[in-house]
Amino acid sequence: MASGAFAESGADLELVGLKKRFPGFTAIEQLDLTIPAGSFFALLGPSGCGKTTTLRLVAGLEEPTEGTILIGGKDVTHLKPYQRQVNTVFQSYALFPHMTVLENVAFGLRRRKISDPVGKAHEALRLVELDHLALRKPQQLSGGQQQRVALARAVVNRPALLLLDEPLGALDLKLRRQMQLELKSIQGEVGLTFLHVTHDQEEAMTMADTVAVMNKGRIEQLGAPADLYELPRTAFVANFLGQSNLFTGDVVGTTSTSITVDVEGVKITVPKARAQRHAGEITVGIRPEKVSLLTSVPDQDSATNTLGPGRVVDVSFSGVSTQYIIAIPGIGNVVVFSQNLGFGSVISEGAEVWVAWQVDHGFGLEDDPSDASRFPADTDTATIAVQKKRALMSELEGA
Amino acid sequence: MAFGAFATGTAQEQAPRRKSKIALILLLPGILYLALFFLVPLVSLVITSFQQPIPNGDIGEYQTAFRWENYTDAISLYGEHILRSFFYAILATIFALLFSYPLAYFIGVKARRWPLLQNLMLVLVIAPFFISFLLRTLAWKSILSDESIVITGLKALALMAPDAHFTGTASAVIFGLTYNFIPFMTLPLYATLERLDTRLLEAGGDLYARPAVTFFKVTVPLSMSGIVSGVLLTFIPAAGDYINAGRDFLGGTGTAMMGNVIESNFLVTLNYPAAASLSIILMAVILVMVVVYVKRSGTEDLL
Repeated sequence: MASGAFAESGADLELVGLKKRFPGFTAIEQLDLTIPAGSFFALLGPSGCGKTTTLRLVAGLEEPTEGTILIGGKDVTHLKPYQRQVNTVFQSYALFPHMTVLENVAFGLRRRKISDPVGKAHEALRLVELDHLALRKPQQLSGGQQQRVALARAVVNRPALLLLDEPLGALDLKLRRQMQLELKSIQGEVGLTFLHVTHDQEEAMTMADTVAVMNKGRIEQLGAPADLYELPRTAFVANFLGQSNLFTGDVVGTTSTSITVDVEGVKITVPKARAQRHAGEITVGIRPEKVSLLTSVPDQDSATNTLGPGRVVDVSFSGVSTQYIIAIPGIGNVVVFSQNLGFGSVISEGAEVWVAWQVDHGFGLEDDPSDASRFPADTDTATIAVQKKRALMSELEGA
Repeated sequence: MAFGAFATGTAQEQAPRRKSKIALILLLPGILYLALFFLVPLVSLVITSFQQPIPNGDIGEYQTAFRWENYTDAISLYGEHILRSFFYAILATIFALLFSYPLAYFIGVKARRWPLLQNLMLVLVIAPFFISFLLRTLAWKSILSDESIVITGLKALALMAPDAHFTGTASAVIFGLTYNFIPFMTLPLYATLERLDTRLLEAGGDLYARPAVTFFKVTVPLSMSGIVSGVLLTFIPAAGDYINAGRDFLGGTGTAMMGNVIESNFLVTLNYPAAASLSIILMAVILVMVVVYVKRSGTEDLL
């Protein structure tokens, strides 16, 4: 869009029935997605899940096999990249090595014949605190500085939509934290729509308003970070976004508010509202930090799920919390995070313990465990729970 | 790791710069070679260019003198040839660049996905080298002669006047020069374009640059080192070439270049001082043009 004007504000991005096939494989199976203007949206997924392809489709660097891309209500599916009011912060930064930092930032402004490109470029460089290096060449900067130049080069154009392709991947942890905060504040300042692609779940959760977890060319679940974390809908989300303890069994009892699952003879209850399915063989789960460890037989209580006794097989201390792995016969390994409220780890390896959690904290997944193929791929979401169970069964039989 | 942090900046300085005799010994053959086969002939050439004929001597007998008129004579006598040489060489270089850039771009960038095609095309570019330069030029002479299918065909189609010739014209010489030096242009261009980061081209498109703008603002500047070396490798030998313009090859009576003039002065009229002063003029002009060109293309690092 060589019009010579900035986008007034961020624009909605709408993907309708998007499909992308490459010779030999399908990168995006079916994608319907709406990103409201001014939001910070993260596409989260493992490598090869189709998230970068999605970004390239939006930027216009690839053509979709099927489907429509709308930016601000306008169909841009067949527009060339230079005609779209979209800018990208590339994973590799892709700074022009033959230009100074300033010329890199002014490049887009000059192409659109926007007045005072140099002044605006300086302004953008001040935003990322690199104006003093404006006359250096990109290769004279550190990785983090190059990353900020790439960001300034994209932001200075005031695009309707800013695409970020794992831009923090190459940075060390401290710099990444700092850049995450900077990105977030820049987004607030300029009011653009950000589409951020990453495989780092922590990055997605801290930065984005809405996170979409992508797997195998589809969006598995979409929502606010806290909602996704507290109520994952599939085993893939439950394990990709943090860790989960998952148990698979048949539904044996239903009340008006809860369902009870029989896991190898042990009853686990989850609230009906927090379970995706209410009948048949289902997988239920609980986050490790919501599980408490007990050293004596707990009282049976309808508001609490209790498993045990089991043995602590591994204790790893990580400062803020301690991770315990408890092997419970017939159930499998249960992971427990417990905060270090006292000094050091309280329970040592080999101890006999019980685990318990409030019924309200559990969740039930959508996956149908019986759908799972016998030799599933490691990332196959539907079968993680079943795999765990089978592995444990054979282990027990062997013992 | 932690201790390494304190060492930065001092590590490189600490490396002792020992004076090694081995380096000197290894350099010696090269230095001797250059002294013997470059410096000595150059000095001899300069001396010859100021020589004057021995009074009452035989043809081709000269004595050492400081006859600087040799230069003014050469310029006034052969000014036309000097200008023609550079005109032909510049045109041939431009045509070679226009022909080679798309070719090198295709081999180096577009054909990356098919390494087999890439290698095949590179072989095709280099293959003509396996045949002698003279033979190739002679072959073109017969391909483009008045009786050849090409020329009779063009005349039959009325694309050429019935009494026109191609060989012996300036176009034929420029064609021959272009053809013969295309590999020298293509290979350095290929070498730089092969390393071109295509993600930068995507970035150009992302930053509102049309493909043509991306080409001139990103691709061309990034391949400048290849353009400069290709131009030098083509222009310098083309300016001094005497095969293509020779009457036995693609040239005619009106196409003689400096190389031809030097050749005839040296071998036919035995006027060594004139041949030597023309050679010096050729070298000097090429040197000046190259320096100006390299300065203007902003790649002083090459010199």
